[in-house]
Amino acid sequence: MLNLALQVGKTSTPESVLFWILGPACVLAALAMVMVKKAVHSAILLASIMITLAIFYIAQDALFLGIVQVVVYTGAVMMLFLFILMLVGVDTSDSLTETIPFLRPIAILSSLGFGGLLITLIGRATLGHPMVGLSEANADGNVPALSQLLFSKYVWAFEVVSALLITAALGAMVLAHNHRVSARPTQRDLSIARFRTGSLATAAGLPNPGVYALHNAVDVPALLPDGTPAAASISAMLEARGDVIESLPFQLPAKGEDE
Amino acid sequence: MNAANYLYVSALLFSIGAIGVVVRRNAIVVFMCIELMLNASNLAFVTFARINGNLDGQVVAFFTMVVAACEVVVGLAIIVTIYRSRRSASVDDASLLKR
Amino acid sequence: MTSNSLVYLIALPLFGSAVLLLAGRRSDRWGHILATLLSGSAFLVGLYEFIQMLGRTNDQRAVTQKLFSWISVGSFKVDASLMLDQLSICFVLLITGVGTLIHIYSIAYMSHDLDRRRFFAYLNLFIAAMLLLVLGDSYLNLYVGWEGVGLASYLLIGFWNQKPTYATAAKKAFIANRVGDLGLSLAIMIAFATMGTVSFSGIKEHAGQASTGALTAIGIMLLVAATGKSAQFPLQAWLGDAMAGPTPVSALIHAATMVTAGVYLITRSNFIFDAAPTAQLMVAIIGAITLLFGAIIGTAKDDIKKALAASTMSQIGYMVLGAGLGPAGYAFAIMHLLTHGFFKAGMFLGAGSVMHGMDDEVNMRRYGGLRKFMPITFATFGLGYLAIIGVPPFAGFYSKDKIIEVAFNAGGIKGITLGGAALLGAAITAFYMTRVVILTFAGSKRWDDKAHPHESPVLMWLPMVLLAIGSVVSGFIFTQGNSLKNWLAPVVATSPAHEGELLKPAVVSILALVLVLLGVGLAVLKYLRNPVPTEAPTDVSIFTKIARRDLLQDDFNEAVFMRPGQKLTEVLVATDDVVIDGAVRGVARLTQGTGRTLGMTQTGFVRSYAMWIVLGAIGLLAAIWVVTL
Repeated sequence: MLNLALQVGKTSTPESVLFWILGPACVLAALAMVMVKKAVHSAILLASIMITLAIFYIAQDALFLGIVQVVVYTGAVMMLFLFILMLVGVDTSDSLTETIPFLRPIAILSSLGFGGLLITLIGRATLGHPMVGLSEANADGNVPALSQLLFSKYVWAFEVVSALLITAALGAMVLAHNHRVSARPTQRDLSIARFRTGSLATAAGLPNPGVYALHNAVDVPALLPDGTPAAASISAMLEARGDVIESLPFQLPAKGEDE
Repeated sequence: MNAANYLYVSALLFSIGAIGVVVRRNAIVVFMCIELMLNASNLAFVTFARINGNLDGQVVAFFTMVVAACEVVVGLAIIVTIYRSRRSASVDDASLLKR
Repeated sequence: MTSNSLVYLIALPLFGSAVLLLAGRRSDRWGHILATLLSGSAFLVGLYEFIQMLGRTNDQRAVTQKLFSWISVGSFKVDASLMLDQLSICFVLLITGVGTLIHIYSIAYMSHDLDRRRFFAYLNLFIAAMLLLVLGDSYLNLYVGWEGVGLASYLLIGFWNQKPTYATAAKKAFIANRVGDLGLSLAIMIAFATMGTVSFSGIKEHAGQASTGALTAIGIMLLVAATGKSAQFPLQAWLGDAMAGPTPVSALIHAATMVTAGVYLITRSNFIFDAAPTAQLMVAIIGAITLLFGAIIGTAKDDIKKALAASTMSQIGYMVLGAGLGPAGYAFAIMHLLTHGFFKAGMFLGAGSVMHGMDDEVNMRRYGGLRKFMPITFATFGLGYLAIIGVPPFAGFYSKDKIIEVAFNAGGIKGITLGGAALLGAAITAFYMTRVVILTFAGSKRWDDKAHPHESPVLMWLPMVLLAIGSVVSGFIFTQGNSLKNWLAPVVATSPAHEGELLKPAVVSILALVLVLLGVGLAVLKYLRNPVPTEAPTDVSIFTKIARRDLLQDDFNEAVFMRPGQKLTEVLVATDDVVIDGAVRGVARLTQGTGRTLGMTQTGFVRSYAMWIVLGAIGLLAAIWVVTL
């Protein structure tokens, strides 16, 4: 496996095949990520882009980095994104109409300009630049070479970044801490609030379908405490189809009577 | 094949990410576009490491990943807090600083 | 020659003024006595100097006293020095003598006034300033005194400033004087610029080397100054209103002394005028215009003080005319000045006496037949009247006829015009002065029984009597053996005089007398034969109406100077408001507008801010692209 990867890095043709398939796919995925309506779709597309990038890293002799990209970035960070999306609202979708005037045309123009300028500059910077390749640097293996650099030349940055990680964790805890502004309502307060609303109908909470019925079925409406059938306990589709059975035959006998 | 092609891909990804930040209204999607920009720059660093023949680019990309992870943690915590108080995740709704 | 006593002339009254002003109400009981005594002592010092001067020879008569070195800047050195020569001593005696008499008069006249002490303080201040004016040895020292008398005049005219019209009259006098003072300042500046010195002796030396243009300019500026101070045309409008001050003030300042300061200035600057014939001609013309102007106004005035003020304006016109006739006329201008000091001051004091007896009534139409009730006043006033119209052997006959003579002798068109004007003026003078006397003292009584005219107390009629004696004899004394002319010759007649003789002196005198009798007769016919209405008749000719309105002098000043001046002020204020304040406000508005416009970028939307960042990044990339081209 490792040899295959190294082979990929050294030779041209397999790598260019890899590139020309995955490169455009990557760019298309990015475009799609920006343009889809649902946020979850954007998250999935981003995850796919990150995996593509991991493959690129491995193709370019950055073996450690590629694996880290998959494990940390795609695995942890993107999953974190998905969790937060679920918290915030999976169904939420952006409307496509733009509120800020002229933003969309300016954005499109500037994207073209930005991209064009970047490409021009990069082209000019790298034209004629010989590629050295990492075969020599990776002679002892990518991980030892990386760690060599990490613990000698960049040890100070390494320590600082680890401090940053700790700080980030603390920050997240602080932000997630919910500081109550008002007193926590006790059970007594909650039950008082429940009975003070307009009608007693929902004072005990809405029942699941079929709780008071002998017949525990989805097509039998549940009964409210005062004996009337609860319209909210039947699926709208069953009602529309007319598949609702009356609940009276299934009610318990009157109070005091045993079965 | 030219290694610079990776750089062009990186440039494209970066510009797309930049525009995504401007165009999208959902705070989390904006954040994801920022992540896209960071990844694009990571790709550029790795490519430069390959071009120059030393691993400094990869070390920088490594650090970038760490920092991005921290940033995501804190940023998402903020978004959640804002969402909890305002019940909305749209960046347009947080416009109280207007003149 | 130096003297040590000249400074006392000024210091004594100045000390009195300071004491009275600083001591305040504590000096109310003795203030007026101290002031009169100090004024009298100044007169004694002057008399002493005069006697000393008589004993010396001609070239030794001038004495100087240096007080201190005043200005010493580069090449410009002016000392605070006093100079007493034959010209100044005439003025010194006139000022202190008549001034002391008027001080005595005022003790009684102002006895009912609570502010009498302040009045005497101002009188002393005036005496001190006027003495400084005539004793200064350079134009700059003269200027200090010039300003001082202007200040004293303002304070005294507006003495009763509780009445707004009186305060306005004081302001009017001061402003008109100020215009004249500007002329004096310019004259001093031009003198310094062209000749490097401002002292009389210095300029006299350099007058020969300066250009005629510069000398003419100086002369014209001095003439402007003189017209302001002496109420000559065109700055004459303030004199009538200045009668708002108490009558002693009118007598001292606006008859005898301050208004003659202009004549003093011109006479002192004889070396300039003699070298600038154009300026001298202008002086004569102004004098001629004013003497007719004042005479015409005097015929239509019903207020006795205003009639006398118009008369003063006219008589000073004679003096200025005399001074404008060159070395031949200076001495006679001074002679007329001195005699006028006697008879005009005497007549003003008489008018004050009449007003005192008639409970401050000034309208002559409410007088009539007062000679029975105020005999002494009538006698002294009558002697002054005879002097002013030029009846021999009273003072006016000698001085006025001499001026008319010199005017005719100037020769040519100029001589005939000026002399004719002077003769005409004499006729009109006779007319209106007779009118004043008839309306006041002759005829039947036109006052109601509320008034009870009575003679004035002795402190009032004694000065009047003394001045009347002066009116009688002074002319004769000054003319005997050309005494005044010879006395003043070393000062004023240093250039050769134009000795022509168009008409013999006797002819002039006879002509003048004939015209005077004509004027008297006309007045008698008009006012003595027919009863005088107590209200001024309204169906009069247009000339009378114009003369009643002071020959439209106030209307002219208003239309030509005041209203344009007000308009200019309004324009300036509007400019300040709109342009200058507008510019400042415009800067503020600009800043606000810029802020507001820039503030529009603060939309509150994060995405628009992000867009700006992207645009900035594009700009940066473009810059790098351009740089690495």
